[in-house]
Amino acid sequence: MTAILRGYALRLLPQLIALAVILLMVSLVFPGFFRLEIQNGRLYGSLIDILNRGAPVVLLAIGMTVVIATKGIDLSVGAVAASSITSGHSLAMTLVITLGTGLLCGLWNGVLVAILDIQPIIATLVLMVAGRGIAQLVTEGAILTFNDPGLIFLGSGSFAWLPLPVIIWLVFGILVALIVRKTALGMLIEAIGVNRQASTLSGVLTPVLLIAAYMLSGLCAAIAGIIAAADIKGADANNAGLWLELDAILAVVIGGTSLLGGRFSIAASVLGAIIIQSINTGILLSGFPPEFNLIIKAAIIVFILVLQSPPVRNAFTFVALLRAGRKPTEGQAR
Amino acid sequence: MKFAKALASATILAACTFGSASAADLVVGFSQIGSESGWRAAETTLTKQQAEERGIDLKFADAQQKQENQIKALRSFIAQGVNAILLAPVVATGWDEVLQEAKDAEIPVILLDRTVDASDDLYMTAVTSDLVHEGNVAGKWLADTVAGKPCNIVELQGTTGSSPAIDRKKGFEQALSGHDNLKIVRSQTGDFTRTKGKEVMESFLKAEDGGKNICALYAHNDDMAVGAIQAIKEAGLKPGTDILVVSIDAVPDIFQAMAAGEANATVELTPNMAGPAFDALAAFQKDGTKPPKWIQTESKLYTQADDPMKIYEAKKGLGY
Amino acid sequence: MQPNGENLLSATRIDKVFPGARALDKVDFHLRRGEVHALLGENGAGKSTLVKCLTGAYRRDGGTILLDGVEVDPRDTFNAQKLGIGTVYQEVNLLPNLSVAENLFLGRQPRRFGLVDVGAMNRQARALLDDYELDLDVTRALDSYSVAIQQVVAIARAVDLSGKVLILDEPTASLDAHEVEMLFRIVRRLKARGLGIVFITHFLEQVYEISDRITVLRNGQLVGTRETATLERRDLISMMIGRELAAEIRSAREGQVVAGPVRYRFENYGRKGHIAPFDLDIRAGEVVGIAGLLGSGRTETAEILFGAHRADSGMAEVDGRAVQLSSPRRAIAHRFGFCPEDRKTAGIVGDLSVRENIVLALQARRGWTRPLSRTEQNRIADHYIRALDIRTADREKPIRLLSGGNQQKAILARWLATEPEFLILDEPTRGIDVGAHAEIVRLIEGLREKGMSLMVISSEIEELVAYSTRIVVLRDRQHVAALEGNRITADQIIEAIASANERGAA
Repeated sequence: MTAILRGYALRLLPQLIALAVILLMVSLVFPGFFRLEIQNGRLYGSLIDILNRGAPVVLLAIGMTVVIATKGIDLSVGAVAASSITSGHSLAMTLVITLGTGLLCGLWNGVLVAILDIQPIIATLVLMVAGRGIAQLVTEGAILTFNDPGLIFLGSGSFAWLPLPVIIWLVFGILVALIVRKTALGMLIEAIGVNRQASTLSGVLTPVLLIAAYMLSGLCAAIAGIIAAADIKGADANNAGLWLELDAILAVVIGGTSLLGGRFSIAASVLGAIIIQSINTGILLSGFPPEFNLIIKAAIIVFILVLQSPPVRNAFTFVALLRAGRKPTEGQAR
Repeated sequence: MKFAKALASATILAACTFGSASAADLVVGFSQIGSESGWRAAETTLTKQQAEERGIDLKFADAQQKQENQIKALRSFIAQGVNAILLAPVVATGWDEVLQEAKDAEIPVILLDRTVDASDDLYMTAVTSDLVHEGNVAGKWLADTVAGKPCNIVELQGTTGSSPAIDRKKGFEQALSGHDNLKIVRSQTGDFTRTKGKEVMESFLKAEDGGKNICALYAHNDDMAVGAIQAIKEAGLKPGTDILVVSIDAVPDIFQAMAAGEANATVELTPNMAGPAFDALAAFQKDGTKPPKWIQTESKLYTQADDPMKIYEAKKGLGY
Repeated sequence: MQPNGENLLSATRIDKVFPGARALDKVDFHLRRGEVHALLGENGAGKSTLVKCLTGAYRRDGGTILLDGVEVDPRDTFNAQKLGIGTVYQEVNLLPNLSVAENLFLGRQPRRFGLVDVGAMNRQARALLDDYELDLDVTRALDSYSVAIQQVVAIARAVDLSGKVLILDEPTASLDAHEVEMLFRIVRRLKARGLGIVFITHFLEQVYEISDRITVLRNGQLVGTRETATLERRDLISMMIGRELAAEIRSAREGQVVAGPVRYRFENYGRKGHIAPFDLDIRAGEVVGIAGLLGSGRTETAEILFGAHRADSGMAEVDGRAVQLSSPRRAIAHRFGFCPEDRKTAGIVGDLSVRENIVLALQARRGWTRPLSRTEQNRIADHYIRALDIRTADREKPIRLLSGGNQQKAILARWLATEPEFLILDEPTRGIDVGAHAEIVRLIEGLREKGMSLMVISSEIEELVAYSTRIVVLRDRQHVAALEGNRITADQIIEAIASANERGAA
């Protein structure tokens, strides 16, 4: 058991280090960064903002991780998020329709990839373009404002001193991670991602699992869409989820899951999304002119990716082994 | 779909060659950028309305944010032999060639709400608001309202590098110069969106002692202001009272906020660019009067005193 | 330069250490002028590591290399080439879309006025290939020629570049007998020119045909160097695997096979464009060997039985009940198992651990909702790692890091874990070393004795004869003959493959 825990720690080490370094850097340029207080019955502070603002990307990254693990990619999540939030019924109805839309979009992508064998990047590109278009058709390009207190609560309410979006992604993330790791889904998905043919020949129900992965991604996008809409009390088909698919993919990459499929870690992807959001929030707090935003972000991300490149990673493992008091084996080559 | 359009345009082309260009059957092509914002949707609606009122046959082409689509649309308008072209250019550069083609075909081109980097003899006129002026109006209002008291301002800029962001910032700062009591303490981009407006405002509030240091918010558009208002409320402050809110565009939702006392003022960027354009066109068709190269639309200031709910109702149906 | 027995290349006490493993342990290797020197050993014995140390692809950790009596230290393969050591690998590593001439002179094209002089290059290329009895259109793209020709082009380039030592790593693996003969003619010619040639292969017949001396490595150590002419085959094998193989590959028939009842019956079973409809019965406790040349429909037969491709005619019965074998999952539900021919693309799941690879099929059959606990997985993996002698540092090692033979055993373990009743093995011994080879042959025999039904496809006829109780011969995508009892001999099989269409569509 402890060995397994240590394995997790080692897996998440680069992401945790990156996050710690970024948080530390932000606190240098903005001293009040770590301050937390309770206001209006919820925790209030920059750290909470990061968790709260990161919600859409975290959710997208959860679904994206599973899709990427199957050696796929889902470019449509941003557009699905946009198209999911455009209904105008009662709360329960809205939620059902929205989640249904997300699942349906995922089903569509999954069928294109798993049954028709279209390359994932092409298959999902279709919805990336069409999804937002459909959303814009429904909203006629305008922002649909709503005042349903229940829906607004999803975006800006709080529970147990935490903003509701944070609760939603925490619960959803843990749920997905548990489902994937406590059942055999995780291993079967990894097997498909590494070698789809071999997995099919071993009796893995490849098409169904592939479709399920894309449906999960669609569901995540729908939830992200609900949160984004509830946050601003309006459905903004033009901007909701715009380019978020790229942030989600980046989060997965920062989380160390290979775009070539296979081994994945949902926790690491969530950390990746939080890292991205920390950078964003840090830049906002720093007070630099906005012209520097993208350069700073790019520089930090390059730094993180270097940090977890194989050579550096190996060096880390080496140091970790030394720390643990174990001498590297006699044959340890450098 | 495309085929049907092409067929329709061919018929129109045939009709044009026979009919003479009387005002009643004026054919005008309109190449719109797309529908990326509510304001743009309203501009489209109003342009169609204005055309209908004047009995103009409007050929509408949505470019979906792509210049190549606009160039294609312009070429097709030229091929159809329309009487005039309205162009809302998606970018400023790269228009010389197609504008020259229009000029060679003697079709006047009127630019709507944005200008291009091309010689001004390639188009008849440009109907735009003065972005610098808009910022100026907003800044003047704030200076008058604060009336000499010290005031720390936070600014939500538009998309970095875009001309509205640059000019609205410039005009605002011009209005502020000479008022040493007004100081912009923080300025970040909110990308013109509600989500980013809210996110950036949250960080402003954190950075400025929970918002206690902030006396006013200036947002380059109403959407960011609407997002920021939510952030202010969630931080436990009263927008409109604790923090003054002034923004630009005058979209319906900001009037709702003004009615609720949560926003203080907005400067209208009128979506009715087509009205002045059609007026200029009519004059030109009648006796060849050349309009000035730039027709500036009015940048009207609205405050809570202007019965915001009524304006909201009036604006609601325009497709904002 | 005449062959004079003097050492051309002398490597002494070569050491190479990888993390966690000593790949070479003070290995000596001496190559004479004008000799073909076979370098043999099981997979993982250190052959390719030694070659890579000689060609600079790896930096050695110890030992000296003398070339022509002068100490050399090849920094990389390019440097080794300049010193005179050239290498040709099994997968030709030239550029298939460039012309033959361009491939021969890549990076050193004759130039005129700074531009490539195509005319001169093509002339020189033709002259060069003349030495190899090859009359090619050197302006055609390399991939318009067969692998054998490409191999010769690669050799011509390597010899022209280096000229002293030529290392051939598994050059014959994908060649047919005729092509091998052509290759050997060229090797002999180069040998006569005084080159030292290192020849790595799995085919012992070829070793005896072409080599002058043999060096055997085992577990990173030198076992010995012998003159080929005086080394008996069984002695060679025992040098390689350290135990007697001869006893292993005995005739299975001596134990008097008692086959059980017919369990699997296929009638008029086939698929257009893959395999013509055939009838086949398989009994409990029998091994049906499938013989035929490459492309005769062997793999297609296996795939259709396993549901990897759907049959479009005929019917299948298991224990007298009609079944649909429309997908691998369906077949697995009827306790079928299938080890495919192409281990890399269809067998192993490379990045996953040995443990996960072993439990994969069992887990897939249980469904994702009923996961095997980690303890259970460990138990199964450990059991088969021990039972099949899968050599791996531990069960969590990614399977792609294992040698071919051990990967094959892990795939076998994957199916054995599902307790199959009908196991289809497509080329189970291809590309694996002699030791693992013998173990797999023994395993097939053992499974049959336990009453399992097996179907084994192999291109090694001797091997088929050893373990099959019945042999089906395929030709041109048709089942053309069935051999049973004492008709199962290599001669009979060859005759059935070669004979004309007398038994046509069965």
